Amino acid sequence: MNLQINTMVERNRRIVQLEGEVDVYTASILKEALTPLTKQNNVEIIIDLSHVHYIDSIGLGIFIGTLKAANKAQSTLRINGANERISRLFSITGLDEVIEIEADKREEV
Amino acid sequence: MDQSSDFVELKIPARPEYVGVVRLTVSGIANRLGYSYDDIEDIKIAVAEACTNVVNHAYSETAVNPQMLITCGIYEDRMEIAVADKGGYVDVETFKEGKGPIKPDESIEKLKEGGLGLFLIETLMDEVEISAEAGVIIVMTKFLQRGEVEQSVDSISKEIRKQ
Repeated sequence: MNLQINTMVERNRRIVQLEGEVDVYTASILKEALTPLTKQNNVEIIIDLSHVHYIDSIGLGIFIGTLKAANKAQSTLRINGANERISRLFSITGLDEVIEIEADKREEV
Repeated sequence: MDQSSDFVELKIPARPEYVGVVRLTVSGIANRLGYSYDDIEDIKIAVAEACTNVVNHAYSETAVNPQMLITCGIYEDRMEIAVADKGGYVDVETFKEGKGPIKPDESIEKLKEGGLGLFLIETLMDEVEISAEAGVIIVMTKFLQRGEVEQSVDSISKEIRKQ
């Protein structure tokens, strides 16, 4: 598997640590991990990308889908720890204007 | 005219698990040619986006042995990468529909989850040409020293059509 997913629950926070690559192959397991979180109400979903070294439009699409579903459930979505390359991708596509993104910040529990 | 050009072809199953293989292959070639780290990352994403389009849209689920053909034309001043499928004719204008960045003024419910792939290809590469015959062919060019070498009009899309 090219993507490891580790989900942690801390009060109303749901921290999803990703490690590896997010692409068309790993998309399905990422969706499987995120979907149940977006069904919970009033939670703070945090996706930690500090160990992700590749992401493309498939991953960005999943984040947008997650944002939409979270928003419906009165939850929030934040993305942390993106490296310079990935941050650049967020800014080219405009994702950083709709999702709260904090570059290079690791989420500690 | 280009005096010397090498071609590398990769015919590979159009399935999600192979997109990473294409990425590694193309990044290996780009690395050998001396592209910068950022350029290699751009090429990897653009090629993966083209392959993802093939994997997700070119063939029906019941298609037997769906394949994609990746051709790298290696020139002194540039690299041309073509991603082609044989999923059937698609209207190029229809194919391009919906392409673009995220519109931050839209309400969250209206945000689109697709359309970023083609937008990224066109943003990250220097030249992009999309055509359709037996399937979609996306030809993407990245120059090694942008603006310093006269750009050739030759294109590997001609080579592909011969096949």
